Amino acid sequence: MADVLTFTDRGIYCPAGDFYIDPWKPVDRALITHAHSDHARPGMGRYLATKGTAPVMRHRLGDIQLQTINYGEKRKIGDAEVSFHPAGHVPGSAQIRIAVKGEIWVVSGDYKTVADGLSEPFEPVPCHAFITECTFGMPIFKWTPEDVLTQQINDWWAANAAAGKTSILGAYALGKAQRLLTTVNPDTGPILTHGAIEATNTVLRGQGITLPDTTLVTPDITHKTHPGALVLATPSALGTTWARRFGPTSTAFASGWMALRGVRRRRAADRGFIVSDHADWDGLNAAIKATGATKIFATHGYTSVFQRWLRDEGYDAHIVTTDYQGDEAEE
Amino acid sequence: MKDFAALFSRIDESTKTSVKTAALADYFATATPKDRLWTIALFTGRRPKRTITATRLRIWAAEVAGLPDWLFEESYSIVGDLAETIALVLPPANLDVDQPLEYWINYIKFLSALDDDARKKGILAAWDSLPGTERFLFTKLLTGGFRIGVSAKLITRALAQSTGQPEPQLTHKLMGNWTPDTATWETLIEANDPTADQSRPYPFYLAHQLDGFDALGDPADWSAERKWDGIRGQLIVRGGTHHLWSRGEDLMTDRFPELAQLTDYLPDGTVIDGEILAFTDETPLSFNALQKRIGRKTVPKKLLIEAPVIVMAYDLLEHAGKDIRNATLKDRRAILETLVADVPKTAPLRLSTSLPFQTWDDLANARDQSRALHAEGLMLKRRDSPYLAGRKRGDWWKWKIDPLTIDAVMIYAQAGHGRRANLFTDYTFAVRDGNDLVPFTKAYSGLTDAEFGEITAWVRKNTLQRFGPVRQVPAHHVFEIAFEGIQASPRHKSGVALRFPRMLRWRRDKPMDQANTLDDLKEMLATYG
Repeated sequence: MADVLTFTDRGIYCPAGDFYIDPWKPVDRALITHAHSDHARPGMGRYLATKGTAPVMRHRLGDIQLQTINYGEKRKIGDAEVSFHPAGHVPGSAQIRIAVKGEIWVVSGDYKTVADGLSEPFEPVPCHAFITECTFGMPIFKWTPEDVLTQQINDWWAANAAAGKTSILGAYALGKAQRLLTTVNPDTGPILTHGAIEATNTVLRGQGITLPDTTLVTPDITHKTHPGALVLATPSALGTTWARRFGPTSTAFASGWMALRGVRRRRAADRGFIVSDHADWDGLNAAIKATGATKIFATHGYTSVFQRWLRDEGYDAHIVTTDYQGDEAEE
Repeated sequence: MKDFAALFSRIDESTKTSVKTAALADYFATATPKDRLWTIALFTGRRPKRTITATRLRIWAAEVAGLPDWLFEESYSIVGDLAETIALVLPPANLDVDQPLEYWINYIKFLSALDDDARKKGILAAWDSLPGTERFLFTKLLTGGFRIGVSAKLITRALAQSTGQPEPQLTHKLMGNWTPDTATWETLIEANDPTADQSRPYPFYLAHQLDGFDALGDPADWSAERKWDGIRGQLIVRGGTHHLWSRGEDLMTDRFPELAQLTDYLPDGTVIDGEILAFTDETPLSFNALQKRIGRKTVPKKLLIEAPVIVMAYDLLEHAGKDIRNATLKDRRAILETLVADVPKTAPLRLSTSLPFQTWDDLANARDQSRALHAEGLMLKRRDSPYLAGRKRGDWWKWKIDPLTIDAVMIYAQAGHGRRANLFTDYTFAVRDGNDLVPFTKAYSGLTDAEFGEITAWVRKNTLQRFGPVRQVPAHHVFEIAFEGIQASPRHKSGVALRFPRMLRWRRDKPMDQANTLDDLKEMLATYG
């Protein structure tokens, strides 16, 4: 049987349907798993994405020709039948299932298996071949349980507020920031946001997602106008002049890399919260098992180690070189 | 151990010295004397005797975590710390036991008396009783080395805060080979006899690199000598016996047995600061010769003849049993000179002579001869200065020679570990040889975080081939590699081995075809090897 998908220098390609999935070079037809910039790129002729992904894509890519699709809805493209299924990564994110003559392949995009209270929870999709990310595909990565994490962040914020310090939390603008917003206790104090995060908040609120009240940081906002605040900022904004207006601060990063003491120390933040929108080691393995697939392609992350591990486990595992960095690669 | 874990986390999470000092002072105020002593011991590099090999811990941890050995090793290479790797891969602990630090240290000691099966049971039980940071710290006690960003200086400052004793006095008290088994809080910290321990060294005085002559004033106030290229050491002769300490507080006495004869010539109560050098025919040999002696606990006779060592004396810290560090350099050197004069030339002790000079230009000329004399450069010391503790500005300056440099092409990259786990920071470099590239060194340091970030993104996009964790990249980027020495090495394809190679700068301005060649490298070997 011919391969349902092939791996080209433009992206993951489906010959039966003549379309690409998350391509990194201009193509006519692109199916998009989620709106992060390494997966949804400008320059494609036509786009297809879920209803939940479309608004952020339009916000980021401008005037594009974009069709939407519901989760679970089956659509015929050429000789291929495609459908989108929740990936639990960020709101609207999807795994894409492609069926050609009874052979089923699934592209995971980025995903996590634990429910974050915001994204549509990950749904295992049975298939013959599974194209998976493995950003955190090493057994040293095991995420803090959601309830413990929430407690840690709330305690940190409350202690800072009591000590007269502003809490600045660095998190990725789409997904991580909103997920954290829904877990923190808004009674502790005001919540301020960096421009990139507030822009995404606006888009998500516009599509009916409920987030606690937030205030965009403008030049007149300081620790004097908003004492004891929690400031959500993109990681790159920490330590800049922008952050200096908040007086005495405690800084923290929220990232899967915070599991490693060395990385925590390199970031030189006061705290590191271990939280990611990618699957941890146990999540990756459980997800792969649940698909029932025997053929696995690892796209980005610790691919060579993960491939060897999967081969040891009896899978027909391969590495695919892609242009996906994983939104956490640089965090 | 929860209080110790909390102390560790507070120190580890902060980059602010004031926070770290406060955390330590709080801990010293509440912990038991034994726990306090153990904490000081651990943070100053003293650890309980290793009772279980690292290999066994790896095997047991991989087994409990259900991982094949190779995957445990891959994990370790990313984390860069065995105890942390173990703490991360193990399943969550089922129990949460809180016992003092001392309890767990005794627990480890107790295990050493048991057979292998019982030890394994004991370790596994402990792993299953300790959550997160406590499990990491317990395992750290088993594997050794508590490097956690607390300097001895910081410990001393916190101790000074909580005991009211002056810092220099405490620094001295904490030196030498005490352990919490041989000392108590009372004898070590409270008691007032720093010479109670016959082997205890003085804190070394260290210098900063000279950054100009303007602040030095009159050249006549200064004394200059060679900065010899060996191992800085402190020779202690007390009670008819001797001890030799390295600057890193390693006891090196047994590695250099030929120095034992100095007890015949030097009076009791003598402490000399000097350089251990390989030395024949009144000439220092290169560091390469001394290297053969380093790391050998016992020395074969042949090596004693090939690379005999001496102490090149710089300074005198104790004379006739009296601490003379507060005397001026001029006075200390005067006594040192008479002491060395009384030692016959057949014995392994020489005086590091002062260089005559009138102007700073004279010194620059002397410095230019350094490499030929196997010296690292010059030392400038103020004649009326006392012998201070630690790295201090003002009275002592080192004026090292510039390193050797070569422009090389990066051909492989590998992700770092620990602090650099998700960055490509370890590179292999090559020189050109006709149309070929010959790898000759690796380097890991010298670039800024921003540069490492930029190269990491480039490597991700430009990987040609993967060999496990190593990525082959196109020969494109040129770096200026600095190094301290070069020697012939049949084990390396290029035929050379470099000493302390590092990246001096990223030569974005240089195309790859302007990088240096193998012939250039061989010429350097002929000149400086």
